[in-house]
Amino acid sequence: MTTLAMRASSRSRQLAGTGTLLRFALRRDRVTTPVWVAVNALMVLSMPGTLRGLYGTTAERVGLVDQLESNASFRALIGPVFDTSVGALTAWRVGVYAAALGAAMSLLIVVRHTRDEEESGRQELVASGAVGRRAPLTAALLAAAVADAALALLVTAGLAGQGAGGALAFGLGLAGVGMVFATMAAIVAQLTESARLARGLTAAVLGAAFVLRAAGDSATDGGTSQAFGTGGGSSPLTWLSPLGWLENLRSFADERWWVLALFAAAVAAQAVVAYALAGRRDIGMSFLPTRPGPATGRLGTAGALAWRLQRGGVLGWSIGFFLAGVVYGGLTDGAADLVRDNDSARRIFERMGGQSGLTDAFLASMTGMLGLIAALYVVASVLRLHGEETSGRVEPVLACAVGRLRWAASHLTIAFGGSALIITLAGLGFAVGYGREVVPILGACLVQLPAVWVIGGAAVLLYGVAPRLAPAAWGVAVAVLLIGWVGPALDAPRIVLDLSPFGHLPKLPGGAMQWTPVLTLTGVAVALVAAGLAALRRRDLAG
Amino acid sequence: MTKAITVSGLHKSFGRTHALDGLDLDVETGEVHGFLGPNGAGKSTTIRVLLGLLRADAGAARVLGRDPWADAVEVHRRIAYVPGDVTLWRNLSGGEVIDLYGRLRGGLDPRRRAELTERFELDPAKKGRTYSRGNRQKVALVAAFASDVDLLILDEPTSGLDPLMEEVFQRCVEEERDRGRTVLLSSHILSEVEELCDRVSIIRGGRTVESGSLADLRHLTRTSVSAELAGPPNGLADLPGVHDLDIQGRRVRLQVDTDKLDGVLRQLGESGVRSLTSTPPTLEELFLRHYQEEPAGPAERNEVAR
Repeated sequence: MTTLAMRASSRSRQLAGTGTLLRFALRRDRVTTPVWVAVNALMVLSMPGTLRGLYGTTAERVGLVDQLESNASFRALIGPVFDTSVGALTAWRVGVYAAALGAAMSLLIVVRHTRDEEESGRQELVASGAVGRRAPLTAALLAAAVADAALALLVTAGLAGQGAGGALAFGLGLAGVGMVFATMAAIVAQLTESARLARGLTAAVLGAAFVLRAAGDSATDGGTSQAFGTGGGSSPLTWLSPLGWLENLRSFADERWWVLALFAAAVAAQAVVAYALAGRRDIGMSFLPTRPGPATGRLGTAGALAWRLQRGGVLGWSIGFFLAGVVYGGLTDGAADLVRDNDSARRIFERMGGQSGLTDAFLASMTGMLGLIAALYVVASVLRLHGEETSGRVEPVLACAVGRLRWAASHLTIAFGGSALIITLAGLGFAVGYGREVVPILGACLVQLPAVWVIGGAAVLLYGVAPRLAPAAWGVAVAVLLIGWVGPALDAPRIVLDLSPFGHLPKLPGGAMQWTPVLTLTGVAVALVAAGLAALRRRDLAG
Repeated sequence: MTKAITVSGLHKSFGRTHALDGLDLDVETGEVHGFLGPNGAGKSTTIRVLLGLLRADAGAARVLGRDPWADAVEVHRRIAYVPGDVTLWRNLSGGEVIDLYGRLRGGLDPRRRAELTERFELDPAKKGRTYSRGNRQKVALVAAFASDVDLLILDEPTSGLDPLMEEVFQRCVEEERDRGRTVLLSSHILSEVEELCDRVSIIRGGRTVESGSLADLRHLTRTSVSAELAGPPNGLADLPGVHDLDIQGRRVRLQVDTDKLDGVLRQLGESGVRSLTSTPPTLEELFLRHYQEEPAGPAERNEVAR
């Protein structure tokens, strides 16, 4: 054999088994990936209909775009608009969020099939088979590519009616952002020993990309002048962010196809780095060393342990909720102006907010939204019980002098108390961002709590009855989220809205405080928790 | 002597599988009790019932004189438990976990903790995710041995330890016995059981098939005898308890139930013995016999989770 042929064959050996690993990865993801793709595509594809309902005529859309142009905070949050067509408005309205969702999906897929596998030790067994050195990383990247391609395909096909070129550009742009973060995750997964840290760091890069784009967009004079006129460029800050590239692709507004080359170049460059790093380290090892911890500990109670395990999450959610409060508070005045002139948009806000004063309606709908998101926190926090049990870590703890109820109560205190904390912080954020009506807005935030707790109580009950039911709590939270978010826009019937505990809350600020539903929901939450704990006390622990 | 653990007629089913099917277990205070059985026999299920993590369907269990389900917390103050597969929190150091378990049990002797950490050569500053399997077990072992408790329940605690650490472990168990503590040791390592255990219980298919001291159990098995005789052997085949008899001229090889050894020796003596070797049953033979035997119950119940 010639040297060249030998090199080629050694390269192909490095990829041996990739096909098998890819099929295996796709099989493991056969539920999660389709759900991610479907939710994302649904969000994108429902937008043209919604927009057409709200802004049916070109004149209305021109009016909207004119107003958006003068509103820097909206540009920061969503990005600039480049045209008045329904397609361009769709790309504007959902682009950044769909891209961020696709990026999150991609980074989770890659970390799940690389660092997660190594950290758990499963990779060792796989690597001992006839599997090439580069096969696991390649299979993980391909699994992400399959998911991103499916998203691109659905979006392109679904939006083709708004303009085939724009639809294709938008679909490819979404997939491009996804693959940029897939390859980014592939690099980070080489750096850290912990999958959790790899996910966190890559997500932080995603957050930074969002902030860069937002900062860049709020610094320019608005996109429309660029689109309608000859068009200046975006700020350099925007160009630093892959999310900004998607925006600069200008789907449905005279697409700039060359921007796609940026995605290709970034994906290729990051992949090269990831493969180079992967080839230079041992299995299970990382480039960032794990720091040692203290040789003696101060933890001495179940409560201290629970706090130690959950404090990072509580901190992250607290910061997020406070900042969200600041941002929405800052948007309040502009948003009220924006929807004032549009009847259908105002009606949606009024349905969400439940009253006619536009500012109050906006505030009420935003606090309601934060309440819905807090339901995700409470479910995640309650399900820590489930994670501790199924991982086997709880067994030695409960074999000590710790009762089940005390152990559960220590985590539930953080779940239920933590939701009160983050919602209060959101209220304080509103106070900072909006600056007026501090007490009514704080009240509007706190009134969400009973409904949040009902969702938490449902999670406790599901977990208490049987650990294998516990993940269904996510289903409850997502259902409530969909009812709360999509219900008002679709003008869903009362009976559907009533399914969600949030539908029964008084609409604050602006509306009258009603104690009956608040106290009833609190009672329901208490009953659910009590029933869940009673069931937990009676059942076998999973081992 | 009072009993540290009494279990009688314990039943536990998971769906259609019967993990425990009338299990009995008696552990005297102050003894090291070996708990043996093939995989899936129900050892870990029994232990998890004794810890109050599972509730038995039927039968009675007392641990340190109390009901392990109803009085779990009270019982656990006086128990230390080491699982066979120790999982730690990724971001807590081994030292933090040792101290946590110790405090949750109601106290830990810091001198003993330091001494054990040294003897087991454990680095307590490492984070949970960086420990190997053996080191994770050391974390749980140090926490258990450093705790001031009356009963240690150890579920295959040495499956990840190297021979040197196995040695340290055995020394520690002996020290616990010398202090008057009771140890229930589930193990597959027969040398460990032989070295440490005063009495053993062998279970199979969720039932106890044998219980007693090792000497008692040996008595129930066969001894191999081979002899060279002065005259032709006779009458051996008719003796009770003789198996696998093999006579070649004046050389005799046979297996005999140990409690029938006496008769065989007398018979051999009549022919005149030139040389004789008698090998007591090895532990392996002892256990293999019990492991392989058909259980008394009608159904095979090997598929049961540990």
